[in-house]
Amino acid sequence: MITIFGIPLQAFLGQLLLGLVNGSFYAILSLGLAVIFGLLNVINFAHGALYMFGAFLAWMGLSYFDLNYWVMLAIAPFIVGVFGIFIERCLLKHLYKLDHLYGLLLTFGITLLMEGLFRSFYGVSGQPYSTPEALRGATNLGFMVLPNYRAWVVVASVVVCLLTWFVIERTRLGALLRAGTENPRLVEAFGVNVPLMVTLTYGFGVALAGFAGVLAAPILQISPLMGSNLIVVVFAVVVIGGMGSILGAIVTGLGLGVIEGLTKVFWPEASSTVVFIIMAIVLLLRPAGLFGKEK
Amino acid sequence: MKLRTLSASLMLAGFGLVSQSALANISDDVIRIGFITDMASVYSDIDGPGGIEAARMAIADAGGEINGKKIELIFADHQNKADVAAAKAREWFDQQKIDMLMGGTNSGVNLALAGIAAEKKKVFMAVGAAASDLTGAQCSPYTAHWAYDTVALARGTGSAIVKAGGKSWYFLTADYAFGHALERDTANVVKAAGGEVKGQVRAPLNSSDFSSFLLQAQSSKAQILGLANAGGDTVNSIKAANEFGIGKTMKLAGLLIFINDIHSLGLNVTQGMQFTDGWYWDQNDETRAWSAKFEAKVKRKPSMVQAGDYSAVSYYLQAVKATGSDDSDTVMKWLKSTKINDMFAKNGYLREDGRMVHDMFLMEVKKPSESKGPWDYYKQLAVLPGEEVYTTLAESTCKLIKK
Repeated sequence: MITIFGIPLQAFLGQLLLGLVNGSFYAILSLGLAVIFGLLNVINFAHGALYMFGAFLAWMGLSYFDLNYWVMLAIAPFIVGVFGIFIERCLLKHLYKLDHLYGLLLTFGITLLMEGLFRSFYGVSGQPYSTPEALRGATNLGFMVLPNYRAWVVVASVVVCLLTWFVIERTRLGALLRAGTENPRLVEAFGVNVPLMVTLTYGFGVALAGFAGVLAAPILQISPLMGSNLIVVVFAVVVIGGMGSILGAIVTGLGLGVIEGLTKVFWPEASSTVVFIIMAIVLLLRPAGLFGKEK
Repeated sequence: MKLRTLSASLMLAGFGLVSQSALANISDDVIRIGFITDMASVYSDIDGPGGIEAARMAIADAGGEINGKKIELIFADHQNKADVAAAKAREWFDQQKIDMLMGGTNSGVNLALAGIAAEKKKVFMAVGAAASDLTGAQCSPYTAHWAYDTVALARGTGSAIVKAGGKSWYFLTADYAFGHALERDTANVVKAAGGEVKGQVRAPLNSSDFSSFLLQAQSSKAQILGLANAGGDTVNSIKAANEFGIGKTMKLAGLLIFINDIHSLGLNVTQGMQFTDGWYWDQNDETRAWSAKFEAKVKRKPSMVQAGDYSAVSYYLQAVKATGSDDSDTVMKWLKSTKINDMFAKNGYLREDGRMVHDMFLMEVKKPSESKGPWDYYKQLAVLPGEEVYTTLAESTCKLIKK
């Protein structure tokens, strides 16, 4: 039997694939953070809470209104996005002229509020949510049995990530967005409504978090704490990729998922730390991150 | 002068021994109980606000006062941090003059609290924590460990499964003190019963995805996957095991399962699982009646820990009432010489090492077709006599046990 570093090739490939699945979550969450930071210069600490909100919306849709997974996959990100727009219009926009730290504190406060509210209503044990009918079962890939739902997670998030990247980097709308952040006055002079653009961008960024939340609902415990468990790792991903770099967020998200997956085999105890070790090394060698531009 | 004070106090102490009841009284004219537990994080559904409510119910059932002295309950959140809990406990002992300290969930926190209570010579009742070290290597004359411990869980579930033919085991363990203790105690039981441990993987606390660990477990070809974790970790590992079809080749053994975990996972995923519990709301009329009262206040059924909170507080208050004193030594002496008989335990007793020995139960999760609705989740398979599932005095490493 072929072995790689002492483990059978089949098991190795299986672990790679699982890493990729987790990496998809990192990618889609860090993408939202990168979009928001790149265009708004806001460190959005509420991202984890909004991801949790998305997962809860999926559960609420099913248990209160009998709306299935697919419907909620469309509706939940929209609701989260609208909620984000509300936050941006009422609170965040007053902080743009101040230091980054104020935005971070505000969004951190929003996180605490949301987690506390959900905790007092639903407790921390989590809510049951089963995999949608169409994606139940598993496919035998030869080297491992992959649950169909996990395959769907990879496909869905890669498609969403690439679309986002394409819109921002390759279309006229994206060009306007990027220009608007570089020099808002000039872009306004061309008749573009920059504040509206900024608001919609924030709404879109947090909608991505809501989308990831719905994707996570069938495989993870839907609990008020699910966001804070994940958000620290996701921030590390963004820092490694380079704050504000769209492509960096996607590539490092997937890459770190794989590295973390392999660590779970070779040194399981360190699997929750490995991302931070990499972050430290990257910051020492390239302070702006792997894909970031020095300013 | 010093000598005179000393001899005077010795004389007083002598009198105290002879006529304890005459001198006994309630310090500061109030019976004050301090309760520290996880109020908002991973373990707050198992105990938390529900546990506080259970303690309040015990106080209300005692009439709110004893011999005209008021009973007070104060509580705090330890955030699962031993240092936070320790600072709070010291403040309570020194400034609030609490007479009894209750430790909720988290073994690390409880071990720290037990040490402080021993130093202050105050009664400490540990209910939500699992580590058997509380009455083992780190035992104290003031600790009462009430509901369950890792040894009882291991012997209950471990030996039942080995007996049923589950000889080879693999452990998925939470990588901290509690997980290690549970894995160690269970592995001992498995080996003693002629079983074999094929290996273990230690996952960091609060890992979000367990699929990688589960595939490693599956490739070990062991028959039984022992889950030496708790709360969210257990829920997420069972969810992933179900998704990856681990159950087709291995049988899952949850070593510490609370009813809240089953409620959160649903019966489809958990049916047929066997585990050990110290108490279940639907055991008899007494448990059902108490649970109905609890549910009216908290809006869900109580866990084993919350029922244990009620039992521990009521027995403490009975001890104060019976002896007319809140002096720690007097209360502990009464508790250690009285049978515990209430809705939580039958013929239980508090041993000299601080272990409250009572029967445990081997449970199986019902099939969805067998359940009548929410919270109707368990079938009782066997009663596990307390004498057999807890550490025996002969095995004990507690320094209070004279051998």
